[in-house]
Amino acid sequence: MARLAGRRLLFAAPILLVVTFGVFAIAAASPFDPIKAYAGTAALGADAETLARLRENLDVDQPFTSRWWHWLTSALGGDLGQSSVLRQPVAQVIGERLVRSSLLCAVAFLVAVLTGTVLGVLAARRPGSVLDRLVTSLAYSLEAAPVFWLALLAVWLFALQLGVLPAGGLTDTASEQVTPGQVASHLVLPAGVLAVSQLPWFTLYVRQGVGDALAEDPVRGARARGLSERTVLLGHALRSGLLPVLTLVGSRVPELITGALLVESVFSWPGIAAATVQAATAVDFPLLAALTTLATAAVLVGNLLADLLYGLFDPRVKFSDM
Amino acid sequence: MRISLALVGVTALAVLLVPPLVRLDQQAVDLGAKLLSPSWSHPFGTDDLGRDLLLRCVYGLRVSLLVGVAAALAATVIGTAVGATAGALGGWADRALMRVVDTVSSVPHLLLGIFIVAVFRPGVWPVVVSVALTHWLSTARIVRAEVLSLRSRPYIDAAVSGGASRWRVAVRHLLPGVLPQAALAAVLMVPHAMWHESALSFLGLGLPTHMASLGNLIQSARGSLLAGQWWPTLFPGLFIIVPTLAIAGLAGAWRERINPRRRSELML
Repeated sequence: MARLAGRRLLFAAPILLVVTFGVFAIAAASPFDPIKAYAGTAALGADAETLARLRENLDVDQPFTSRWWHWLTSALGGDLGQSSVLRQPVAQVIGERLVRSSLLCAVAFLVAVLTGTVLGVLAARRPGSVLDRLVTSLAYSLEAAPVFWLALLAVWLFALQLGVLPAGGLTDTASEQVTPGQVASHLVLPAGVLAVSQLPWFTLYVRQGVGDALAEDPVRGARARGLSERTVLLGHALRSGLLPVLTLVGSRVPELITGALLVESVFSWPGIAAATVQAATAVDFPLLAALTTLATAAVLVGNLLADLLYGLFDPRVKFSDM
Repeated sequence: MRISLALVGVTALAVLLVPPLVRLDQQAVDLGAKLLSPSWSHPFGTDDLGRDLLLRCVYGLRVSLLVGVAAALAATVIGTAVGATAGALGGWADRALMRVVDTVSSVPHLLLGIFIVAVFRPGVWPVVVSVALTHWLSTARIVRAEVLSLRSRPYIDAAVSGGASRWRVAVRHLLPGVLPQAALAAVLMVPHAMWHESALSFLGLGLPTHMASLGNLIQSARGSLLAGQWWPTLFPGLFIIVPTLAIAGLAGAWRERINPRRRSELML
């Protein structure tokens, strides 16, 4: 297991290298000018000489390959540059916001996995029943629904019509301190919507997996031995039905990040994703480059996690074969 | 299946026929009729500038579909080219191309899209390019797998022993074989691309605000929503969901026809 993890990390390093290189290459091919981004409107009135000096100071007169190398070497030393839109070092931005984003994603994912398992098992128990058709069609509709649209409707319903939950932010505007209770109440809506957006996929796969498992020999055998329906369903069908789903859990990280991006921006949740949108709107290149790299790393970790989970839960899978 | 077909038909007709036939100006502002709730004269209500939302939604769907189709076509061309090249050449070229596919697919789609749009500045083409550049990966994988399975067929052996060049085998014999799969992938990609466009537009990084795409409609309805008017938000969203489901249903039926063995696979 440690060997698998180690090998995957060895593979991850070149992928991250290529991704950061690609980010610099795309920026170099685009009309984006770091000087104008740095100086803002002041660049409009500045004479050519000042701009050239600025260019030299910021090292942007060099080709993008050397700028990439410079960024990479200082990033490895912990210096990710300065975010122009948030007026903070990029490392500090990420450090502050990563916790909040992780909290949001973790809660949402947990809720999605638990609810999805329950709904999937309920639907798989009697294929073609009213409940099954209800769950399936609801899942397909939710899968097709844009998450930001769901988020907006949730704000309308729960914050505006019912007035039971806050519409956004991390804490109440009047509050000076960040208390756990406030964060919890502000977390309910964004995490709920993010969970709902991840739910359909999970429900459908659990339904499929458990449904298939219910038609297989171990289940028939268990039924023949006279085990209760409950034991058959939860002890046999669910266990083998969940296996294929487990491998996919880790590969859902990109979708989770995508969902979080949109949910955070609707609810003004001050996390990584909200910073990404700000960085993109203002073309804050150092922040964007770091966040893209971070997201890629998260995806790779997710993939590794999926493999490890699979090996742990399925005794037939050997780590040495992977 | 029939419902999906009917819905796709209605959508296509609405998008193609309504703008030239209904000679109403969808941008015409009527402040006296602003934010009317749904009624007989305005089935979807009106937006904050008094424009009929049903008409706005049809126009929005038209814009979103156009962008979606353009992006899906571009992505399919890239994906087919890469997948077919990898599958047909094999060896190190195959490994290298598939490594590229793996690498690009480890960056979350929307984030890569946001990055591309950010450095190229929002607009129609950056959106199309960013969606195309993030969505060709699955097509490349599908086409490569299909080419690999076709390559071992006798008719390819016959063509090769008949003296056909590599290029000729690839273009005349392999490509026609993978086209149905590529076309299916392209159709399934349209809703994806629409979704992507609307997400980018919603974040303010997509189409220019004067182009009433569905994402822009939802984005511009945010103010009214916070004031309690739900309809300018609800209906554009439904205009994304319904065509998505219809296209997925249709493509699912089509997939079962071209390869009946994959019946158990999920549609979306």
